[in-house]
Amino acid sequence: MGRVVVDVMPKPEILDPQGKAVAGALPRLGFGQFASVRQGKRFELEVDGPVTEELLAAARAAGEQVLSNPVIEDVVAVYEDKA
Amino acid sequence: MTRVGVVTFPGTLDDRDAARAVRLAGAEPVALWHGEADLKNVDAVVLPGGFSYGDYLRAGAISRFAPVMGEIVEAAGKGLPVLGICNGFQVLTEAHLLPGSMIKNDHLHFVCREQVLSVENADTAWTRDYSAGQHITVPLKNQDGQYVADEATLDELEGEGRVVFRYVGWNPNGSRRDIAGISNAAGNVVGLMPHPEHAVEAGFGPDGANGPRTGTDGLGFFTSVLHSLVG
Repeated sequence: MGRVVVDVMPKPEILDPQGKAVAGALPRLGFGQFASVRQGKRFELEVDGPVTEELLAAARAAGEQVLSNPVIEDVVAVYEDKA
Repeated sequence: MTRVGVVTFPGTLDDRDAARAVRLAGAEPVALWHGEADLKNVDAVVLPGGFSYGDYLRAGAISRFAPVMGEIVEAAGKGLPVLGICNGFQVLTEAHLLPGSMIKNDHLHFVCREQVLSVENADTAWTRDYSAGQHITVPLKNQDGQYVADEATLDELEGEGRVVFRYVGWNPNGSRRDIAGISNAAGNVVGLMPHPEHAVEAGFGPDGANGPRTGTDGLGFFTSVLHSLVG
């Protein structure tokens, strides 16, 4: 059983209202060290066999065509989760 | 009689109100089902509001792949009038029938209010019963209503007169350039976040000039498409 992780983040130029709200809450809970927060999405795609280069390419294609909306988001990482 | 299809996805909320608006405008509403690749020979289509497929992934993202959407994209390319309201607008952007996208309201709160809009373009299939610059009041209710697109796209929309509605008085969600609704280049596909189908019958709409709940400013969307098809 293999697992591919696809990380999707809001584009840098898009205001991230959720991240901003989280950034506002952190200092109230004693975490004043963090200047800003951006919130994204992590997808875990499981396959029956081993993770191949073809599977990683397919995961990237799925990430760009379905899992993210290129108008507002970027696929920032596609990798095998070996844990 | 002119037949206007109203699509129901799992999680659609406003299909009954949209069908009622079609009927009050003088057309026959036809129920269309997300799982059937069949437009039942309708003359126009409304994608109503709600939370199709629970808004999972992104608002409108999964609906885009519903069997009925393939038919709608193809027919829209041939000139079929299509109106996307709220979640329907989000579906139209995900289906690439309209540019840009919607993200969470800048203030993060769900908004439900009576909203004044300016009709910027009264030449589309869904707005020709209005006049350019006219102010109308219809309900607005959404969480992911902030319209975003890159500057080049926004300039193109403005330059081609494809900004169809703008928020007046208050921008309720942080939308770029106060944009409430847009159209495709041909003007047959229109999407907007506010809800004209909730302002079509005295007694149930927003407050109007003749008293509380008398506002019917949204009815013009549905009579417009009738006149577009007949005339």
